[in-house]
Amino acid sequence: MSSQDIPEETLPSTQGHAHEGAVATAGDPFADPGLPPHEPRMQDIDERAAKRSERVVAFLFMLSMLATVGFIAAYVTLPVDKNIYVFPIGHISALNFSLGLTLGVALFCIGAGAVHWARTLMSDVEVADDRHPIEAAPEVKAKVLADFKLGAEESGFGRRKLIRNTMFGALALVPLSGVMLLRDLGPLPGTKLRKTAWSEGKMLINQNTLQPLRPEDIAVGSLTFAMPEGMKEEDHDFQQEIAKAALMIVRLQPENIKDKQELDWSVDGIVAFSKICTHVGCPISLYEQQTHHVLCPCHQSTFDLADGGRVIFGPAGHALPQLRIKVNDKGYLEAMGDFAEPVGPAYWERG
Amino acid sequence: MSNNDNRRKAPAGERVADWADGRLGIYSLAKTNMRKIFPDHWSFMLGEVCLYSFVIIILTGVYLTLFFHPSMNEVVYHGSYVPMQGMRMSEAFKSTVDISFDVRGGLLIRQIHHWAALIFVAAMLVHMMRVFFTGAFRKPREVNWLFGFLLLVLGMFTGFTGYSLPDDLLSGTGVRFMEGAILSIPIIGTYISMFLFGGEFPGSDFVPRFFSIHVLLLPGVMLGLLVAHLILVFYHKHTQFPGPGRTNKNVVGMPLLPVYMAKAGGFFFLVFGVIAAIAAIATINPIWAMGPYRPDQVSTGAQPDWYMGFSEGLIRVMPGWEINFAGHTLVLGVFIPLMIFPLVLAAIAVYPFIESWVTGDKREHHLLDRPRNAPTRTAFGVAWLTWYLVLLVGGGNDLWATHFHLSINAITWFVRIAFFVGPVIAFVATRRICMGLQRRDKEKVLHGRESGIIKRLPHGEFVEVHEPLSQQQLHTLTAHEQPLPLELEPEVDENGVARKISATQKLRVKLSKGFYGEGTHIPKATAEEYQEITSGHGHH
Repeated sequence: MSSQDIPEETLPSTQGHAHEGAVATAGDPFADPGLPPHEPRMQDIDERAAKRSERVVAFLFMLSMLATVGFIAAYVTLPVDKNIYVFPIGHISALNFSLGLTLGVALFCIGAGAVHWARTLMSDVEVADDRHPIEAAPEVKAKVLADFKLGAEESGFGRRKLIRNTMFGALALVPLSGVMLLRDLGPLPGTKLRKTAWSEGKMLINQNTLQPLRPEDIAVGSLTFAMPEGMKEEDHDFQQEIAKAALMIVRLQPENIKDKQELDWSVDGIVAFSKICTHVGCPISLYEQQTHHVLCPCHQSTFDLADGGRVIFGPAGHALPQLRIKVNDKGYLEAMGDFAEPVGPAYWERG
Repeated sequence: MSNNDNRRKAPAGERVADWADGRLGIYSLAKTNMRKIFPDHWSFMLGEVCLYSFVIIILTGVYLTLFFHPSMNEVVYHGSYVPMQGMRMSEAFKSTVDISFDVRGGLLIRQIHHWAALIFVAAMLVHMMRVFFTGAFRKPREVNWLFGFLLLVLGMFTGFTGYSLPDDLLSGTGVRFMEGAILSIPIIGTYISMFLFGGEFPGSDFVPRFFSIHVLLLPGVMLGLLVAHLILVFYHKHTQFPGPGRTNKNVVGMPLLPVYMAKAGGFFFLVFGVIAAIAAIATINPIWAMGPYRPDQVSTGAQPDWYMGFSEGLIRVMPGWEINFAGHTLVLGVFIPLMIFPLVLAAIAVYPFIESWVTGDKREHHLLDRPRNAPTRTAFGVAWLTWYLVLLVGGGNDLWATHFHLSINAITWFVRIAFFVGPVIAFVATRRICMGLQRRDKEKVLHGRESGIIKRLPHGEFVEVHEPLSQQQLHTLTAHEQPLPLELEPEVDENGVARKISATQKLRVKLSKGFYGEGTHIPKATAEEYQEITSGHGHH
């Protein structure tokens, strides 16, 4: 570049090369000077440099071949369950690590070779191509419109309205069959979402021990998960049922229970709430014993179990439903009925 | 022409080509395309990353279908992964564990598939931003912009249905979230949910149903859109940045054969190689660590794949509004986020149409804008990105809280406020930055490049020597257009008759003033200014 101050050499008159479509308006210092001249690369002038590039490209392709051989060797020799320690990743599958790296190298080297070849040895002379407008020339457009008009007239589409209208009618109706066919994708909702597997007299079964729970099993500050008596993991509908019936049980000091109905529905400070978040249905599983708050780990809705399961933070829209429980004659906890309101996320018919 | 002597002399390749030409007309096709010119710019490879990761996903996906069982039948695990012995799980989960532990290289292909999917959607978003910020979406490319946008949206949903297939605890939680969101739809929510899951959640239908959506329906549509997208790229030819010799009427670059073919073809292997290496060293979606799905179990820190993160943010920060009336519930706390979710995406998708309406520009544009030279567009794009990022922060509020020891309530409130305020601040700040950069360009054109050389003048003054720009640089820095705002036509025409100006016209003029009016750009250097300064009075 030039040195400093007044740039005589940048004025259009001094610009010699204008080989591609230069439209240097006289006196316009910003006029397009045209494509700059091609600057040769080292490889263009020095055959030794070109040879070096050639060797680099060939080396990369060779490396790729070696890596593929490595891939096959790893596949055949390494046991599928062997773990190795690789710093800093940790313990990982030896097979996955070696297959992935050899495949990666094999592919990458092909790419690197091709790109290096293109950049150093293939011509890098820039070429200009003309663009043509996307829209058709007026004659073409006129011809198309005339053809269309002729075709439309020959069909009588505009003239014979009866044909046109009945055809539209038929075409509009026929997709209805397709819509009908979707009906059996599933049952109608009915009251399915209102009911759970809980009913009067069903004992609360500890999900870990699968034993019925007694009040004395539940210590203050603990969080216990329970399901209704008679439900088994092997049942074909276990997943649907547990998705609604999952229950969490905590023991509070009765004097800490602020909500009167909650106190009435509890036994010696033991309260049972639905485990299914009323926001979008995640299972709530974080319990803070000091505050009696439970937190849903999905979207952080927080409920106060000492205050009727009220929402105190987060996106949930209503309190957790409580299950009314008592102690039966044998000393076990049992439900006094189903949940009084639907569990889980709210929906239109919930009311 | 086709006498036997000639035939025998032609090399084998030519004879094959002759055969194909007689049936497919390949010579005419090659005539226009073999030496087709492709401009070179690093940002043009972003679209290639999308294309190649899509190809990688298809290849690895086909492999995975050979081993995956899209079934929710319950089985008891007795496979080689010891910690899971005797656990109940769906066949889908078991077959995914088997792919990971028993099929040699299965884990690698699974991880390549998943990593490629993350990279695919990320690359689409970045590619779309490239197109947006350089104004490459303008006529004649609006339709291709929409194709690309649809590919992004479909890519997100293909990803979602894909990562839900293993039926693991994390993805099942995501599906449950989707079900909860569907339930919030007024009137038909429960019906859609029952029809989608074949009954109550989770049922035993969603994995096979998601499977056909994931491997057939969505990829099929995407493949069609992709081909259309590429055909249009070929047909419109590439855009290019302005520069010496580059005009709106030409395309400057290197020919398809050989340079572009080698570079682009090589780049496929580079992308594939890098993804394979990532899959070798970085575990993704370790379903064996999460366990099979149970609707009453969950893990903390549950996060969707990144591209669903902004919808997660919407649902997390929305207040839990519920309206009960006449025995019905309007679950606004979930339904509003569900409705904003498509709106966030649509906001960026419709921008090109708004811009073309506001400018009233009907010309073809093949020269790209530098982002600074379209301050309003750039500001809008940055505002949208800010919106998106704020929601991503909201989607990971628990992780922000645990990693940075922050209050989750504070983060949630920050996101709630930033959702409205963030984009506005970003818009204003970006436009100012763009104008600052324009001002600098103007200085550079008029006074040359700051050389860093200090010169002492005879009378003792120190000045920095400015190096004048070459004409190439001068042209490049001044080639952009600066659209003028539209003006309302006078209320009375030349005959004194009152003219009716429609409300849409008024809106258009108002928007146009906001886009291009005063204070939205720095007028670029004119030839007169340049000549006056360079005509040699004193120094500068």
